[in-house]
Amino acid sequence: MEISANTQALAYLVAAILFILSLKGLTHPASARRGNFLGMIGMAIAIAATLAGHEVQSYGFIIAGVVAGAVIGGVLAARVQMTAMPQLVAALHSFVGMAAVLVAIGTFLNHSAAGTLNPVLMGELSAGIVIGAITFSGSVIAFGKLQGLISGAPVRFTGQHMLNAALGVVTIALAVHFAATGSMASLVIMTLLSFVIGFTLIIPIGGADMPVIISMLNSYSGWAAAATGFTLHNNLLIIVGALVGFSGAILSTIMCRAMNRSILNVVFGGFGSESGGGGASAGAVAADKGVKSASVEDAIYWMEDANRVIVVPGYGMAVAQAQHALKEMMELLEENGVEVKFAIHPVAGRMPGHMNVLLAEADIPYDHVFEMDEINPEFASTDVVLVVGANDVVNPAARTDQSSPIYGMPILEAGKAQHVYFLKRSMRPGYSGVDNLLFYQDNVSLIFGDAKDTIEGMVTTLKGGGH
Amino acid sequence: MPDTLVSLYVFVLACFIGYFVIWGVTPSLHTPLVALTNAISGIVIIGALLVTGLEEAGTTAEIMGFFAVLLASINVFGGFLVTNRMLAMFKKKKK
Repeated sequence: MEISANTQALAYLVAAILFILSLKGLTHPASARRGNFLGMIGMAIAIAATLAGHEVQSYGFIIAGVVAGAVIGGVLAARVQMTAMPQLVAALHSFVGMAAVLVAIGTFLNHSAAGTLNPVLMGELSAGIVIGAITFSGSVIAFGKLQGLISGAPVRFTGQHMLNAALGVVTIALAVHFAATGSMASLVIMTLLSFVIGFTLIIPIGGADMPVIISMLNSYSGWAAAATGFTLHNNLLIIVGALVGFSGAILSTIMCRAMNRSILNVVFGGFGSESGGGGASAGAVAADKGVKSASVEDAIYWMEDANRVIVVPGYGMAVAQAQHALKEMMELLEENGVEVKFAIHPVAGRMPGHMNVLLAEADIPYDHVFEMDEINPEFASTDVVLVVGANDVVNPAARTDQSSPIYGMPILEAGKAQHVYFLKRSMRPGYSGVDNLLFYQDNVSLIFGDAKDTIEGMVTTLKGGGH
Repeated sequence: MPDTLVSLYVFVLACFIGYFVIWGVTPSLHTPLVALTNAISGIVIIGALLVTGLEEAGTTAEIMGFFAVLLASINVFGGFLVTNRMLAMFKKKKK
C-alpha cells in the first residue's frame, strides 16, 4: 500500500502531537507510563507512514537494520543496571549523533547522484554533520568517563580554548566552502574536525559535572535531529529535534542553577578534580580535626523515638548499593510511628533525577521523596537527618564562606536538624574538594564504614528491639 | 514562502512548545525524561529510512543508511523500553 504525500504529512502531524503529549505525561509519575506509550505509538505511526510513502522502495537493508537495532536496544534496556543509566544514556546520545552524520552524508550522496544539490541544502547538511559529529564523539568521551574507561578528572592544557576556537573557525570555513562548491575534500575534513571538537569540548569537563554533560549532550542530540529535519524538509524531525534540544537545554540550566555556576563555567571551568586522599585511619584523622564519630546504636537511639527522620542520599549511596537496606530501615521506623522522608538535591547522582530512580528501584514510594525546595523548611523541625554518601550538597560553606568554590550553591539545610549523622567511608572531601563545615557542628556526628553495612546494622538493631 | 522558511517557522514554534512542556516535567522524573527524549530523538530513523529506501540509492549510501537505521533503532527500542522499565518502578505507598 502506498500513501500520498499529504496523507504522510498528516500522519507526521499526529506523531508530533503524540510526542508532545508523551513528554507532557512526565508532569506526574501517575501519568508518565501512559505518556511513554503515547510516544511509542507516535514513533510507530511515523515509521509506518515513512515506509508506506513513495520515496521508500527497497526494504532489505531497512528490515535488517530495524531487526538488529530492536534486538540490541531490547537487550540493553532489559539488562542495564539503574546505577549505570547515565552510561546507557550517553551511548544512546552517541548513536543519534552518528545516525545524523550518516543520514547527512547519505543524503549528500543520493542528491549528488541525482544532480539535485544546491547551496542551501549543502549548508543544512553541514549543520547536520557538524552537530551530529560533535554529539557522537562528545558522548563517547562522556561514556568513557562514566564507565571509568578514561579518567573522570578534567584534562586541561595551555592553549585549550585557543585550540577549540581555531577548530571551530576552520570547521565553519570548511562548511561554507562545501556549501558553495560541493567540494568532497571540504566535506570529509569538516566531518573529521567535528569529531575532534566533540572530543576537545568534553575532555576538560570533570566527572563531578556529569549531570550537566549528560544534559548538554541530550540537547545536542536534539539539535542534530532538527538539523537532519532541515536537510530533508521533514517537519516531524524538526519538531522532535526542537523538543529534545530544549529538554536538554532546560535540564542543563536546572543543573547549573543547582550548583550556582554558569554553563560557560561548567564547559570551560575544569572544576571537580576527583581528589585521592587517604582512607587509612579515618577515625584518627577525624578526631584530630575535632569531628565526633558515633556508632550505629547512638543513631538508632535517637531515630527510634523520633517524629521525623530525613535521609539525604548522594551518589555514595548508589556506589554502596545501600538503597535496599534503606528501604528496610524506612519500613521498620514507620512501624514505630516515625515519619521517614528522603531529600534529593538536584545535582545528586550522575545525571538529573538519578537518585529518584535508584530509590524507586528499591521500592521506596515516590511520595516519600522530596525536592530541595519542598523539604528545606522541614529540617529545623526534624529529629534526625541521615546523610548517606552525600557531602557538598549539605555543606553550609556554600552559605557562609565567600572564598569557597561552592559558595552560592543552594544546599539542603540538613544542619538545622537536631541530630545529623553522616555515613562516610573516610574523611575524604566531596567532589568539590572542599572541607565540610557541617562536620564540626555540635549536633553532627560521623559513622564511619560502608554505607550499606552501616544501614544493615541499623536494621538489625531496630529488629532486635534495641533499647 | 520557500520551504526552508516554513521549516524555520515550524522549528521556532516547536522550540516554544518544548520550553513550556519541559519546564512542567517533575524533577523526580528527569532521568526518565532523558531516556524518553533519547527514544524520540531516534526519529532520525525517518531520515535513515529515506536514505536507505531510495530506489536509486548507490551502494555507499545504502550501507551508510543501513548503519543509520541500525543506530536509530537501538535508540527507539532501547529508549522506550528502558523508560518503561524505570517508570514501572515509580509507585505510590501501598495502602
